[in-house]
Amino acid sequence: METIIFLIIFPAAISLVLLSIPVKSVRRLIAVIANIALIAGTIHLMYESGGETVRFELENIWIERAMTVLEVALSVYILYMGFRFRRYLVVLFTLAQLALLVHFEAFVSPTVHVAHNLFVDNFSIILALIIGVIGSLICLYAIGYIEEYHERHKESEDNRRVFFFLMYLFLSAMFGIVFSNNLKWIYFFWEITTLCSFLLIKYHEDEESIESAFSALTINLMGGLAFTAAISYATIFAGTLELDRLIAEGGAYAVVPAALIAFAGLTKSAQFPFSSWLTKAMVAPTPVSALLHSSTMVKAGVYIIIKISPALRGTPAAAMLSYIGGLTFLVASFIAISQSNAKKVLAYSTIANLGLVVACAGIGTNEAIWSAILLIVFHAVAKSLMFLCVGITEHKLSSKEIENMDFLIMEMPKVSAAMIIGISGMFLAPFGMLISKWATLKAFIDFNPVMAIILAYGSAATLFFWTKWMGKIITIKYGLKNREKVVSPWEWTTLAVLSFMTIGVCIIFPILSSALIEPYIIGLFGVSPSMDRFNIIIIMIIMLGLLTILPIGLMYYAWLNKDYKRVGTYLGGANVDNIHFLGSLGAQRTADIRNYYLDGFFSEKRLYNYGWVTAVFLVILMLGVVIV
Amino acid sequence: MTPIDYYIHLDNIYLKAVVYVLLAPILGGLLAGVDRKISARLQGRIGPPIIQPFYDVFKLFRKEKIIVNKFQNFNVNLFFVFMVFTGSLFFLGGDLLLVIFALTLAGVFLALAGFSVNSPYCHIGAERELIQMMSYDPMIILVAVGMYQVTGTFRVDAIAMYDEPLIIYLPGVFLGYLHILTIKLRKSPFDLAMSAHAHQELVSGLKTEFSGSTLALIEIGHWYENVLLLGIIYLFFAFNSLVGLAAMLILYFFEIIIDNTYARFKWELTFKSTWLVTALFGAANIIILYYSMQP
Amino acid sequence: MFFKKSPWIIHYDATSCNGCDIEVVASLTPMYDLERFGIVNTGNPKHADIFVVTGAVNESSRMVVKNIYDQMPNPKVVVAVGICATSGGVFRECYNVLGGVDKVIPVDVYVPGCAARPESIIDGIITALDILERRLVEFRKAKSEARRQEKKLRRYHLND
Repeated sequence: METIIFLIIFPAAISLVLLSIPVKSVRRLIAVIANIALIAGTIHLMYESGGETVRFELENIWIERAMTVLEVALSVYILYMGFRFRRYLVVLFTLAQLALLVHFEAFVSPTVHVAHNLFVDNFSIILALIIGVIGSLICLYAIGYIEEYHERHKESEDNRRVFFFLMYLFLSAMFGIVFSNNLKWIYFFWEITTLCSFLLIKYHEDEESIESAFSALTINLMGGLAFTAAISYATIFAGTLELDRLIAEGGAYAVVPAALIAFAGLTKSAQFPFSSWLTKAMVAPTPVSALLHSSTMVKAGVYIIIKISPALRGTPAAAMLSYIGGLTFLVASFIAISQSNAKKVLAYSTIANLGLVVACAGIGTNEAIWSAILLIVFHAVAKSLMFLCVGITEHKLSSKEIENMDFLIMEMPKVSAAMIIGISGMFLAPFGMLISKWATLKAFIDFNPVMAIILAYGSAATLFFWTKWMGKIITIKYGLKNREKVVSPWEWTTLAVLSFMTIGVCIIFPILSSALIEPYIIGLFGVSPSMDRFNIIIIMIIMLGLLTILPIGLMYYAWLNKDYKRVGTYLGGANVDNIHFLGSLGAQRTADIRNYYLDGFFSEKRLYNYGWVTAVFLVILMLGVVIV
Repeated sequence: MTPIDYYIHLDNIYLKAVVYVLLAPILGGLLAGVDRKISARLQGRIGPPIIQPFYDVFKLFRKEKIIVNKFQNFNVNLFFVFMVFTGSLFFLGGDLLLVIFALTLAGVFLALAGFSVNSPYCHIGAERELIQMMSYDPMIILVAVGMYQVTGTFRVDAIAMYDEPLIIYLPGVFLGYLHILTIKLRKSPFDLAMSAHAHQELVSGLKTEFSGSTLALIEIGHWYENVLLLGIIYLFFAFNSLVGLAAMLILYFFEIIIDNTYARFKWELTFKSTWLVTALFGAANIIILYYSMQP
Repeated sequence: MFFKKSPWIIHYDATSCNGCDIEVVASLTPMYDLERFGIVNTGNPKHADIFVVTGAVNESSRMVVKNIYDQMPNPKVVVAVGICATSGGVFRECYNVLGGVDKVIPVDVYVPGCAARPESIIDGIITALDILERRLVEFRKAKSEARRQEKKLRRYHLND
């Protein structure tokens, strides 16, 4: 239990320390030590727990009171922001939440006794590992990133102390969410992540960021409102505030709060129809996008959905949930094809993968939950790597466009290598995301073939947009200057560690599955799926094959292979050199190569509207069938 | 007991893989030769000898190695290695989904080879190859899904030994597969990416900048792939090996006829028609099958 | 011997009047069926073994002919089809015409005629096949010679 409390309190304490120290080098030192401590703490927790679900009593009236005070303070701050920027929807949601809270504290709360406020099981350990390890690495990266960010954005105010304060506070809140058993506590941490996200998106303080930040805030507050409603309902009707008891003993009364919490989860994990905030949030500095909008905060949404899904099992609401997930996966994957902004592509792909997790949670069989957890793990690693690579190229190329990444492998070989690993990690054969998609497909077929068909179409789209991006990167042209000499060591360290992790997670995935995930699934269902041994061997053969062939092959082609003659590219014979040719009337022209975006088929506007309408319909159905 | 039966009932999976690796290029090359001969006869020509594809490949291995950049051939080699690996995985009786994913991996390497050269023709070829992959990918997954629904397993060896004819349960899936087979065999009307017949439009597409032994590898990789694709046809008729053999040959002949009677489609039409066929035949078949198999 | 069995051609029209081009295409049609010799019209210098040029070379096609020839991998053979390609024909005195193809690249087989008959084109290409086989031997000899020289240079550290 000490480890858990350490993990929740320590980042918050560090964030305050970082806020108060004015010296940059001292802050950096503290940040590094804190990150090492966090990583060590999560790994220690994994060894300490031993796979059991352990619940802790932590009764202290002062904690409750402090939380209530902080919650009210948060709400007041949000109200202030709402009035200052005249976003009355925000004000409305906050007031409604406040009213519900006050009612809850005054009349309902005294009647309930919470036995276990904190808990730890394998699933929360997995999430803690993601938050602790990947979160810390991203914070390290941010140290280098923010330096350059302020050099390039002279117009924005240098608030980096606040920036790091928010980043570490956010880590603390995330640990809080995954370890709390008390719904009220989860809600408290939930609101902190909402606020952190709001402030971090707004960091640049220009009109676009403020607009995006409020969009995120509004939608997340809507989720928060649903969450408070769920808390009130659960206490009044089911008579409990504890997550595990609500699921286990809630019976028919658990369904409504579960659906409301799932609704909150949908807003947080940016599923259709709530996806717009995540794509807009891409204006935030890239480490923020990596930390909040790909690997951790949005994971809180799917975490809570997976957690609550047993309460919904067998109800039409669960089916609706899986359809929302499936729809999100399909539509977001399609839209990603038409995007040329790298961060937008990453955002849509994040939404799509979270959709898959939600679909798995909605299906709720042991196979589905197993693959959902795998998806969360693999996605967190590969996607954060991708974001961090894009963060570097964004500064060095002064653009987020994929179309400007021509010849990246010549200009930034190491960043490109990391990017290629990241992209392969997202969709190619021996890597994690594909393993989990495979497991997902098997889970879907047994449940409902429609979902399998959706997955088939969605993965085809995924294949297209990732490969064309990868193709853009690996295009080769000689005579370009290396532009990556000025990348800071902070960024290098993170990139290297995450690249090795992306590969490493795939190699140790059988161990990961049998040591952490399967016991959890067995605890939930009694039986656990596991992969065919033969298939694992084949995957490992592919993996090892790639790991040996790629470096050896590259070295061979770089140094040993001398038996060739270099000629120009074929340009109808009218070459001037490799990329210039003589056009009509002898004018010299450049062969400029651009990718396909298939806008006629997959335009964002149209698909988004269709997806939005259908998803709103499904959400109404989900809540409607439960309440009626 | 036909040789095919004998092969399926072999217990030693290594032997199976070795037989495939050795025999597939021979069979694939002969098929390509027969293909060219029949096409010629359909056009009223005499046509090249049946072993012409082997002459071509051996010649290509003797040509000088010319390249645009040092690394362009690497991806093609990876494509070849993974294509052979994929085929072996299928013929030693592995997991059908895994076969499909490995096939995708090989395809991605081929497309990346096209991208890496920085030549306009290669690039267009690679983009079209990708569009083709996106077009056929859903259907090929649905083939595996359908077979799983009927037989309850993804293992190729178990599907091949299934007693009842799969074609009865999966007629729609089979039609959908025939549609994408035309794409995979790179036959007209879907020979968008690297057809020799499209040279007015895009030179040789994806393989424009690849010559000599690398081109030969693309060709041999394609033979391996063709044998694998015919193997999937066999699975639909696996209840009787003679029927299966006949089906493979007849359908290959059918593809040749299609090849000779259609003009090339645009990529838009290719993409639209394939996804539509996948939905109308493949997806519908699978949904109907699901509900008819419910107790 | 495989070169003889599978020669692939690229056909380039260096400003001809299209008469010879029609005949070249005619020799690929069912009537004459060049494919029975394994001949394929690739349209891509990087795959081709035989370069079939029609028409006289002028200022603007000079670089193209040269480029295409340079982009063909060894061994390779050039066939000049039609009287314009062999010598410039009636256009040889024009101010912008350089003359036959041999003004730019080495030509191995000349097929005269205006326009050259398909029979003579086929005959020319079949003649080129023997030259192609010889070229392979020469090319290999040259390559091994170059390799030996390089080794020698390396032994005496002369190349740096």
